[in-house]
Amino acid sequence: MNLYDLTIHELKDKLNKGETTVAEIRKAFADRIAAVEDKVKSYLTLTDDLAAKNAAKYEEKKDELLAGIPIAIKDNISTEAIKTSCASKVLENYKPPFNSTVVDKLDAAGALIIGKTNMDEFAMGSSTENSAFFNTNNPWNLNHAPGGSSGGSAAAVAAGECAAALGSDTGGSIRQPASYCGVVGLKLTYGMVSRYGLVAFASSLDQIGPITKDVEDCAIMTNVITGYDEKDSTSVADKAEDYRKYLKEDVSGMKIGIPEEYFNLDFDQEVKDSVLAAVKELEKAGAEVETVHITDAAYALAAYYIIGPAEASSNLARYDGVRYGLRSEEADDVRSMFFNTRSEGFGDEVKRRIVIGTYALSSGYYDAYYLKAQKVRTLIKDDFDRIFNDFDLIVTPTAPTTAIELGTKSDPLEMYYTDIFTVPINIAGVPAMSIPCGFDSNNMPIGLQLIGPHFGEGKIIQAAYTLEKILDLKDKRAEL
Amino acid sequence: MIDKKDVEYSADLAHLKLSEEEKELYTEQIAKIFDYVEKLNELDTEDVVPTAYTVPMKNVMREDKVEESLDREKSLANAPDKKEGQFRVPKIMSE
Repeated sequence: MNLYDLTIHELKDKLNKGETTVAEIRKAFADRIAAVEDKVKSYLTLTDDLAAKNAAKYEEKKDELLAGIPIAIKDNISTEAIKTSCASKVLENYKPPFNSTVVDKLDAAGALIIGKTNMDEFAMGSSTENSAFFNTNNPWNLNHAPGGSSGGSAAAVAAGECAAALGSDTGGSIRQPASYCGVVGLKLTYGMVSRYGLVAFASSLDQIGPITKDVEDCAIMTNVITGYDEKDSTSVADKAEDYRKYLKEDVSGMKIGIPEEYFNLDFDQEVKDSVLAAVKELEKAGAEVETVHITDAAYALAAYYIIGPAEASSNLARYDGVRYGLRSEEADDVRSMFFNTRSEGFGDEVKRRIVIGTYALSSGYYDAYYLKAQKVRTLIKDDFDRIFNDFDLIVTPTAPTTAIELGTKSDPLEMYYTDIFTVPINIAGVPAMSIPCGFDSNNMPIGLQLIGPHFGEGKIIQAAYTLEKILDLKDKRAEL
Repeated sequence: MIDKKDVEYSADLAHLKLSEEEKELYTEQIAKIFDYVEKLNELDTEDVVPTAYTVPMKNVMREDKVEESLDREKSLANAPDKKEGQFRVPKIMSE
């Protein structure tokens, strides 16, 4: 295998044994990017300076978890003095005056931050086609979308353009692209990772999380990014653990629920068969598998399409052309500056969601829509809590299909439906991981979603690690 | 049912200027989305307490002491227009 194909822990092993050097690793990934980036288009910005900084300090940092490891960052995660555009024209030239907490943590862990990845504008979308700049292509088939909104991060990992990446997940934006690109993606329990410096989309749903080549790397990245942060008032104290201790092949006695209502939905038969076959493997390995009943995911999706846009309409009010970002040149007075800046700067999906959110929050409709959605959210959360009283994990597909072809979904509702299995997790605030469980007849990866209770990341990692060993897919790479 | 007037009104509240085509398209698409959202009314939520955040927390306070904050130069670094250490905007009142 080439260096760029290796996982974080494999690269660390080689570094520790003196079989490679940081300089060689940097060069291997830089060469790989030069060779395939024209096809994949994962990156909005490459950050050689940032990578060089920690590469030079390798000797003093070499015991840190990510010393010498090339990591990519989604472009809605603030990097000081490095462009953070959220793939929007509004922030096209924005260079944050501070680092997000996760970037500080990666830096402290010795990571080489090699670039900022493409995404749907402000993380609104499921295919990365809403980027204001260009599409990203799925490394497994360049005519297909990488998923979204963290499509650039997932594609970069799958293409060997970085060892691992960070994404953000509001309704599936880490897990769905991980599924489409055949890599591992984890959305942690709400509050586990500081959102300080994550450009806000829907604040009560957003979480930053890792996208990696295997489960062990996922545990390593999770170790680095979790922890309380006084700069994020929704951050949770005293819950982070050393997740590497869950890297055990053992699911004996683990109780796994299969939600009948989810599997009864109309979706791709190959996906369904592949996920159920993987569940059988977990059962053979000693897990107890039972059917469970849960609120239909369609209600969670309906609640999401009120809560998400409502919070977004409020969060995106800050883009007014005053303090940073785009300012329209067509401005006679301050009011026309606001209108023109926002109308020129935002793309179609962002404007649509702002209008939806503003309507849902407007006088006379607040109770009917936003409050109603928040109440349904309680029902969905309670339902997950009820199941987790008796079960360790729930298994579903990550997405109803494998990666869609680029340019094939223009109807917003149809596109929203690709998030049907991932959205309920954000609504309930629980953690969930997507891991590869097979390939369809077109050789496109299929993802399986493992859902745990609040703060149940450890159980998820343990079951995922076991399944990964059984299925033995983790060394399969896209050919480019 | 949401109509074009609602879209125009909401866009105005959100300081968005929409073209005629955008208004037509959004009205049609958003009507479909709200049609789907009607599903929520199938669930009885009469006595349900709304959830804003899924991890329960009370007001989060810190000690009231002055800490370092972003300096003026950095704060203004991304400003589209500035003057004498302040953000500058076009005129607020019309003549």
